[in-house]
Amino acid sequence: MAEKTYIAAIQEALDLSLEKDDSTLIFGEDVGKNGGVFRATDGLQAKYGEERVFNTPLAESGIGGLAIGLTTQNYRPIMEIQFFGFLFEVMDSIAGQMARNRFRFNNTRQMPIVVRSPYGGGTKTPEMHADNLEGLVAQVPGLRVVMPSNPADAKGLLLSAVESNDPVVFLENIHLYRSMKGEVPEGYYTTPLDQATVVREGQDITLISYGGAVPLVIKAADELAKNGIDAEVIDLRTVSPIDLDTIGKSVEKTGRVVVVQEAQRMAGISATIMAEIAERFILSLKAPIGRVAAPDTVYPFAQAENDWMVKADDVVAKAQEVINYD
Amino acid sequence: MANIIELNQKILDFDYQVQAQDDQFPMLQVLNNAGEIIDEDALSRAELADDDLINIMKRMLWSRQLDIRSTKLAKQGRFGFFAPTAGQEASQMASSYAFKDDDWLFPGYRDIPQIVAKGWPIWKAILWSRGHAKGNEYTTEDDKPVNSWFPQIIIGAQYVEAAGVALGLKKRHKDAVAYAYTGDGGTSQGDFYEGINFASAYKANAVFFVQNNGFAISTPRTLQTAAPHLAAKGWSAGLPSLVVDGNDPIAMYLAAKQARAWSVAGNGPVLIETMTDRLEPHSTAGDDPLRYRQQADIDDWWKKEPLIRMRTFLTNKGIWNETLESAYIDETNTLIDEQIKIADGVEKQKISDFLKHTLEVPGQVMQEQIAKFESEGK
Ligand SMILES: Cc1ncc(C[n+]2csc(CCOP(=O)(O)OP(=O)(O)O)c2C)c(N)n1
Repeated sequence: MAEKTYIAAIQEALDLSLEKDDSTLIFGEDVGKNGGVFRATDGLQAKYGEERVFNTPLAESGIGGLAIGLTTQNYRPIMEIQFFGFLFEVMDSIAGQMARNRFRFNNTRQMPIVVRSPYGGGTKTPEMHADNLEGLVAQVPGLRVVMPSNPADAKGLLLSAVESNDPVVFLENIHLYRSMKGEVPEGYYTTPLDQATVVREGQDITLISYGGAVPLVIKAADELAKNGIDAEVIDLRTVSPIDLDTIGKSVEKTGRVVVVQEAQRMAGISATIMAEIAERFILSLKAPIGRVAAPDTVYPFAQAENDWMVKADDVVAKAQEVINYD
Repeated sequence: MANIIELNQKILDFDYQVQAQDDQFPMLQVLNNAGEIIDEDALSRAELADDDLINIMKRMLWSRQLDIRSTKLAKQGRFGFFAPTAGQEASQMASSYAFKDDDWLFPGYRDIPQIVAKGWPIWKAILWSRGHAKGNEYTTEDDKPVNSWFPQIIIGAQYVEAAGVALGLKKRHKDAVAYAYTGDGGTSQGDFYEGINFASAYKANAVFFVQNNGFAISTPRTLQTAAPHLAAKGWSAGLPSLVVDGNDPIAMYLAAKQARAWSVAGNGPVLIETMTDRLEPHSTAGDDPLRYRQQADIDDWWKKEPLIRMRTFLTNKGIWNETLESAYIDETNTLIDEQIKIADGVEKQKISDFLKHTLEVPGQVMQEQIAKFESEGK
């Protein structure tokens, strides 16, 4: 195994997908010669040609529609939305159309599409680029929303997403792209969708998060350990649908829960998790469920990101509050 | 009978139709690359007094200077997001010179200089670029409103919104227009079509600019559309549409001025495609143009940039010289230095303010969040 950055793992998965199956196509704004603005598709056009890896005109709705249409010719489109902040321009293609097509065609057609997009913040992009809009897509029936938190998962989950016959919104954390490195298995392998993973076992409290929040939750767990609190950390990996089995086992063990998301507090993934826990496992709880989320503003201007974004300290404080509840 | 047969043949001659499109949009040019006026009549229609000519030159100069300084500061990490403007001074500054204070500007992220020309202080532009909320206040130094929207990041959105302002101005019988800028890439967005179509359907007061600078990040203009001219898209909505030499300040001014006059008179919007070049990277955030274009092509365009020909023209006319220019550049740099200092001194923004500025009346959870951040001094 080799150490790779999160973005290198993604690039490798894309390369392997193109190599394995010539019905896979990669397209989006600047994905060709430029290799995408983050270079996630770097070198792929040179290797596989312009028929399979190509730039589109500057129109997200067009990119989404193109993906839907290409499935009729048995292509497996991997489309890129340059920044997830531009989701709104392609929302109809994703949420109004591709998500509903299996249902609308009475289960006679497939939508094997991957919508890749960088999301989250902390890299001081101009306004409207950084955003945590996973809650919007996660509430759409007919979509899978996958949000890897480390390079090995990013590669395995992306390969699974490409194999899936349903549309998968695959969200890549902007901040992790180059800041995170990890061991990545060689060659082609898949990591199952819809399955959460326990990244750290513990007895006292369950910390649940996903995507870019996971590294800071792990940091918080380390911090809590210094104070004798043994936290279990769950990485959801797929945020829609949610793996309630893994969550349930952990909650039954620890009886205390904090849910952490980088997105704003209102609605969102954490709200769903809390509701499901309350409905299914309330009798295992020894304290109200805690939540850590960003404030309910528009995603902030670059210079204020540091104050705005969720931090490991917030998780530590909330975990302590839940532990100390009686 | 013969006529209808001929006509039908012509209608069905698709090759002819494709070829014919090429010839539909001759390029308006008044000042050539050598700085010579090639259409005296057009120059006189522009009605530019010597003062105006000098003002346009000065605007283009400070825009270039701001570009140079911003790029340097961005490299030092002291600026923020910056989209270079070198090469587009005529397209941006000479066109906007044709508009009045009451006209509403709808800029894209690269159109900062046009907002500054409307009176928005440079220190606010710097704060906008750095991602500070104070930068999004569009007022002059003495607090007069500037009729401008923010530099739009969501490409195309400024076009539909400009259509709304244009309709509002018409309904209010105002002697003003909305004028919007986007790039060649921007013309691929649905919002672009919707904006020109709405404005045209309502015969609203708008002038739409497409700055065809050759590239949308790495994607060449030819990959955006097979249409030989972006201006042709205006025809689809019934707009008078023209192609202008975007490096020719006189032609840019003349086109903008005539378009404004036509629109204000109640005739509806006009679309102006400006043929220019983005001489520098897409932004200062790590774009390398040599991944997608040749150095020779860039060098070629540098020879055609607008400052050279305007400088030559004004010098030959005897109203400009090197001394004047270098004095003006010094003055501009001193101003920029002062403006950076002001920007540096602006108070840090607060999350509690963000919460207060999200809704006029915050809900319960937001109020709790405001109290929490206030207690932390954030
Ligand atoms: C809706 C939307 N999609 C994508 C982007 C990312 N993006 C920013 S600039 C740009 C290229 C714009 O090209 P063009 O319209 O030609 O303007 P130019 O930058 O050349 O002035 C892209 C794709 C964006 N800001 N908004």
